[in-house]
Amino acid sequence: MSACVTFGDLTLGYHRHPAVHHLNGTVRRGSLTAVVGANGSGKSTLMKGIVGVLKPMSGRCAVAPGTSLAYLPQQSELDRSFPARVIDLVSLGLWPRRGLLGWHGARDKAVVADALSAVGLEGFDARPIDSLSGGQLQRALFARVLVQDSDLILLDEPFNAVDARTVRDLIDLIMRWHGEKRTVMVVVHDLDLVREHFPEALLMAREPIAWGDTRAALSPENLLKARQFHEAWDEKAALCAPGQGGAYVHRHGGHEHSHAAAKDAA
Amino acid sequence: MGPLYDWLIAPFAEYGFMQRALVGALMLSVSACPIGVFLMLRRMSLTGDAMAHAILPGAAVGFLFYGLQIIPMTLGGLAAGVIVALGAGAVSRLTVQKEDASMAAFYLISLALGVLIVSLRGSNVDLMHVLFGTVLALNDEALTLIGAIGVTTLVALAVFWRALVAECLDPLFLRSVSRLGPPVHFLFLGLVVLNLVGGFQALGTLLAVGLMMLPAASARFWTTRVEPMCLLAIGIGIVSCLAGLLLSYHASLASGPAIILSAGVVYILSTIFGTRGILATRIRPASHLTA
Repeated sequence: MSACVTFGDLTLGYHRHPAVHHLNGTVRRGSLTAVVGANGSGKSTLMKGIVGVLKPMSGRCAVAPGTSLAYLPQQSELDRSFPARVIDLVSLGLWPRRGLLGWHGARDKAVVADALSAVGLEGFDARPIDSLSGGQLQRALFARVLVQDSDLILLDEPFNAVDARTVRDLIDLIMRWHGEKRTVMVVVHDLDLVREHFPEALLMAREPIAWGDTRAALSPENLLKARQFHEAWDEKAALCAPGQGGAYVHRHGGHEHSHAAAKDAA
Repeated sequence: MGPLYDWLIAPFAEYGFMQRALVGALMLSVSACPIGVFLMLRRMSLTGDAMAHAILPGAAVGFLFYGLQIIPMTLGGLAAGVIVALGAGAVSRLTVQKEDASMAAFYLISLALGVLIVSLRGSNVDLMHVLFGTVLALNDEALTLIGAIGVTTLVALAVFWRALVAECLDPLFLRSVSRLGPPVHFLFLGLVVLNLVGGFQALGTLLAVGLMMLPAASARFWTTRVEPMCLLAIGIGIVSCLAGLLLSYHASLASGPAIILSAGVVYILSTIFGTRGILATRIRPASHLTA
């Protein structure tokens, strides 16, 4: 079982304050992981770290060489007032294949059309993006991920403000990606949804609290521990000394989890 | 020959300076109007204005040493524009300050410096010339320069089109699939400076922005796609230049302001009558559709 993403004592954050603190472990190729935790617990930050738009404060976050990556951010910087049609937005997903100058041929157009019908947006090709509802836009963004055809797929709270039917459709897509042996990580808030559909979960509270089989990771004890996490930065927090902090070890296979060192740092 | 010929064709057919003005203005429209569309879509409409002010000290240094000569003033303007664009871009990317504030800071410093330098040597008339240009006095050098800038702009737009659109539409997505985002941003600012410098001999540093922004802002009211928007902006730019030159010829008006005011008229008509303008969006038909 090869690693798709490897975290080595990874600390990510803003202005010297860690948002993800000393994370160790690997995301296996072909795994489907839900990333769970309270607001401010570092879930989105972790996603940004994997994508590479946020550089680690210390440690490393390595995506296996040659892995193509698709990322659907929580706070999209998408400009909905931009004069573009749905098909223009979804065609952006051809970038990894065609780049800046590659011609979008008949096959590419077929890929885009297939993606649109897979998310239930047939006939929406020529609609301006500013006329889409929230759920329709989310479907279009999923279509773009489909078009990207990536090995590693990162979805940050993709079910926000989306109705139940759309959630079901999007979950089906995620299951399809999982079936195609793609590596998928999804930030989700709905724990029932996680228990029902996601084989593995990573529970975060700045420190990683638990990671592994969903039932075990989301046990009442772990959830309680995660709930005790304090969201606000402490301006007077002590410096995090080397070797201190949650040296969290996560191994797959036997699912061994060990918590070393004190958790009183920062 | 009918009155129509006298009005529309004769001025250009009979006078060399009118032909040059027309050629210069048309080339400027083709090149600057699409740039204006992207400035507008990136919500940087006022950045064009700031950059136009920023060019002044460079042009003024050229003027200080060589008088009213196009090449030194152009090169000086180009250098000043690039310094301000890079400086403002660097401050916004490396600090918490956003680009609008850093751009304002840099262009105000630049503008004050420019006026100071011009006043060291010239009179108010010279300052007026630098600020407002003279499209009726374009020489071969100026036309060559405008042509070269136009070709450069169109080639750069064609090559980087997809990246420019992606950077406007969804910058975070572009960052997740490519490293082209920041270079494309600076390339674009470079094109803005280039086109303002090209426009300043004809229209002056201040009014050059007018030919860039007004057709773009007008085109926004007629279409919901980028490609037609750019073509329409170019068309509006060309019509405005023709109208402005003819008005200035027949009514003895200053040519630069006449061109920009013509574009202004198109803008106001577009805001009212455009397919996405006031009338179309405010006045609704009594019946509506079922879905």
